[in-house]
Amino acid sequence: MSHAPRHETLIHALGAGLVPVRRLPPPWLRTLGWLLVVAALAVALLWRYGTGIAMERWQASPDMGWATAGAVLTAICAAWAAFVSGMPGRRAIWAWLPLPPALLWIGASGLGCLRSWVEPAAQLTRTHPAPDCLYFILAFSIPLSALLIWLLRRACPLRPVLTAVLIGLASAAASASLLEICHAYGAAATDLLTHAAAVAVVVAANAAMGGRLLSRH
Amino acid sequence: MPVSPATSTIETADQRRAAWMAAAQAGDRVAYEKLLADSIPLIRAAARRQGVARDHVDDVVQETLITVHRVRHTYDPSRSYEAWLNAIASRRAIDALRSRGRRDSRELHDAFALDRHPDVDDASAASERQQDAQRLRAAIDELPQGQREALEQLGLRERTLAEAAEQTGRSTGSLKVNLHRGLKSLRRHFNREP
Repeated sequence: MSHAPRHETLIHALGAGLVPVRRLPPPWLRTLGWLLVVAALAVALLWRYGTGIAMERWQASPDMGWATAGAVLTAICAAWAAFVSGMPGRRAIWAWLPLPPALLWIGASGLGCLRSWVEPAAQLTRTHPAPDCLYFILAFSIPLSALLIWLLRRACPLRPVLTAVLIGLASAAASASLLEICHAYGAAATDLLTHAAAVAVVVAANAAMGGRLLSRH
Repeated sequence: MPVSPATSTIETADQRRAAWMAAAQAGDRVAYEKLLADSIPLIRAAARRQGVARDHVDDVVQETLITVHRVRHTYDPSRSYEAWLNAIASRRAIDALRSRGRRDSRELHDAFALDRHPDVDDASAASERQQDAQRLRAAIDELPQGQREALEQLGLRERTLAEAAEQTGRSTGSLKVNLHRGLKSLRRHFNREP
């Protein structure tokens, strides 16, 4: 083989530079670490606002309870899928794992919005400026995305943009879940659209910037 | 279900590589070098599956070996080494194809380049070449007859030694000596020119 000596030289050079390495912790462990930070933020918000607001909202519109469950599951599945995508050789199909909870999240939110039109009594009376939700989701998504990118710094995402999209989805879903704690408003189309816009912005920003940060390999 | 000998061999090879990589992660150089050498056919196969041309497969092998070295900590020895390596090699193969595609799109094909980008200095370059030829001709004319004949027959007309010997009636040895001396004289002549 004409190139065999060239490969042999490289193998010897790589062998000469070999040092023991610390194996990457499994994806579930890193997901757990990230979720602990999200849980700490939830505890801080619950300490500040209590459980009353969320309970009132869920009682007035049970679909919002399902939407919150969907958002929490989306955050967990997307974070796990992001860590799995950073391990070469894992099946690409895991990237679809957040899809069912995301459909639950979107579907229940949409249903809640639809019900508020059909049964106006179910709607909470309070009004609020929609941009607050946008700022809340963006403000929480930035550090949560940064933390995920930092936790993936030693990984090898062979499809960096896909990993970045999963990071964006995880952090946006986690932020939307945290918002439920202090979001004392019923399901409304403007509210739903604001949440959707915030999630889209976070996912797109991650895909654009996170992809570059993760494409070192 | 009985395991066929072929399946058993594949599993053993993958398990052996997994064990080598586990040892390499702990710093075992011998296991590491064995593993990398053993990985080359797998990388080649992955590159060919992605459609990398035979001439460029070895570039993919080199890139993949370097990546394997850089991300060896991401391998989990409880999982298939072949699947891990195959994912990296396939990605490097796709990178190579993309990079080649980009390079090809930047390069112009000969016919297109000649058609769209004619050499603006064609006229002046041709005139310069003509002047050079005249100077060379004049320099050859000044050489002694033996050297001139040798240069004309062997250099300008590109005849073989036997043909030149027949044309000039000189021996091949004499022609070789005269060619050598003639070239030396010309070199001296042109090196003297400002």
